[in-house]
Amino acid sequence: MEKRVTFKGWLLPMCLLMPQIIITAVFFFYPAGQAIYQSLFIPDPFGLSMRWVGLGNFEYLLGDPYYRASFVTTAVFSLLVTVTSMGFALYLAVLADRLIKGSGVYRTLLIWPYAVAPAVAGVLWLFMFNTRVGVVSWYLGLLGYDWNHVLNEAEAMGLVVVASSWGRVSYNFLFFLAGLQAIPKSVIEAAAIDGARFWTRFRTIVFPLLSPTTFFLLVVNIVYAFFETFGVIHTITSGGPQQATTILVYKVFSDGFVSQDLGSSAAQSVILLVIVGALTIVQFKFIERRVHY
Amino acid sequence: MARILDEGMVEKRGIGHYFTHVGLIIGVLVIFFPIWLAFVASTVTQSDIISPPMPLWPGDQFLTNYSKALTSGINAPVALMLMNSLIMAMGIALGKILISLLSAFAIVYFKFPGRRLFFWLIFLTLMLPVEVRIVPTYEVVAGFGMLNSYSGLIFPLIASATATFLFRQFFMTVPDELAEAARVDGARPMRFFWDILLPMSRTNIAALFVILFIYGWNQYLWPLLITTDPSMNTIVMGIKQMFPSGDDYADWPVIMATSILAMLPPVIVVVSMQRLFIRGLVDSEK
Repeated sequence: MEKRVTFKGWLLPMCLLMPQIIITAVFFFYPAGQAIYQSLFIPDPFGLSMRWVGLGNFEYLLGDPYYRASFVTTAVFSLLVTVTSMGFALYLAVLADRLIKGSGVYRTLLIWPYAVAPAVAGVLWLFMFNTRVGVVSWYLGLLGYDWNHVLNEAEAMGLVVVASSWGRVSYNFLFFLAGLQAIPKSVIEAAAIDGARFWTRFRTIVFPLLSPTTFFLLVVNIVYAFFETFGVIHTITSGGPQQATTILVYKVFSDGFVSQDLGSSAAQSVILLVIVGALTIVQFKFIERRVHY
Repeated sequence: MARILDEGMVEKRGIGHYFTHVGLIIGVLVIFFPIWLAFVASTVTQSDIISPPMPLWPGDQFLTNYSKALTSGINAPVALMLMNSLIMAMGIALGKILISLLSAFAIVYFKFPGRRLFFWLIFLTLMLPVEVRIVPTYEVVAGFGMLNSYSGLIFPLIASATATFLFRQFFMTVPDELAEAARVDGARPMRFFWDILLPMSRTNIAALFVILFIYGWNQYLWPLLITTDPSMNTIVMGIKQMFPSGDDYADWPVIMATSILAMLPPVIVVVSMQRLFIRGLVDSEK
């Protein structure tokens, strides 16, 4: 797409672009280049010199059981967050779509958790499930269930998944509701006249027609679970117990800043870069398709 | 209108109708529960909380807890952290909008050598969220001596391909006749930008502002890395710093009051500017 009418000159547009280009160069490209460069070296223990190791850091990482475990953790975590937040949002959106009046009121009541920072959501859920003072863990105790996410790996994972999904429901709800309202009512009525009950209509008509929205949300939620949930993990579990909730982004942080293992952290950054790149391409490919839909 | 016509046709009346409301209300309650609990905890005393179960109805310590949080906090007064967050969020939102408006204007309304290259350079930043380049970006910021400063909090997060694309997309839909007329009238490019393009972009700018303000306010990892001085902490990352490191009980009433204060500004923005918020959300995902 090009504009037919443009202004002349090159100095002015260069000046207009400069602020963004300078910031991008200094805070995006230089650090990314630095990450790639550092990933090829191992600093000596005193930080005085760097030893060239080629792809040694990557070989080491891919053979490292902890790093592989972190990959699996990230996959499980993102899958659970995506399914939980999208499932609950779809349930609410289907209900809200059935209303003739008042879906706007529910929308207002449901969208604002989007504005709550993941880290704050983490603190709220930590408070409810705190092993000493948490209300939910106390009532679970009454029922004979001894909740302890500080020691139990599955419970820790469950808690970070729920805390990460909670605010995300708003976002998914908005897009699902918009998707549902865009489905022509005549199609659904035709099926209703033919005697299809609600569940049949949903399975055979509504859900297939909703698939562009669903695919879009799938990608966006995976990106969210990969990169934006750091605050939840850091506030609730700090990656524990026994690294059970150490997702890839958390590991870059803990290896780079806590253990100061710069070569490994840089190599992890590069691997993450490749993953973000792949996800971005998928997102764009898909959005192109959506336009043609 | 179709919605009114099909009333009753697709099971929208009778018992089914009530079940729909009941289902939605249950959903809303589930979503609200954590916030309610946090609010209750921020209005009771510490001893109410450490002898579980804590009450489920607000107490009378609202003023005590909130004024303690705001004026003294635990490491730093929360009022100070709120101000830091406000400066960071406004800086990120306004900065992003400003540089994106300018660069989108240059890319759309000028033909000059290297235009395509710059476009792709900006595009590539989509693939570089701060989370994947934390260590080297930290080194750059430290090298500039920007640790514990507002510029260190704002600048690394300010370049945004999303905002640039959004404005590019919008400028593309502006009729060519307007630029044509401006050119015929002998108006200089910046005059056209100020007098015509900018006023036309008002709604887009406002919608984007809502999204970017929330994005900036809710940053966690970056402020955590570069603000070691408690007086520079932002409120979202400062909450975690309020927990004691040892076995002591956390000061839950103050921590929960701080959590409520941390979510209040972005929630108010979302609820009061709902239309702009939804528009911004949909736009920025396109």
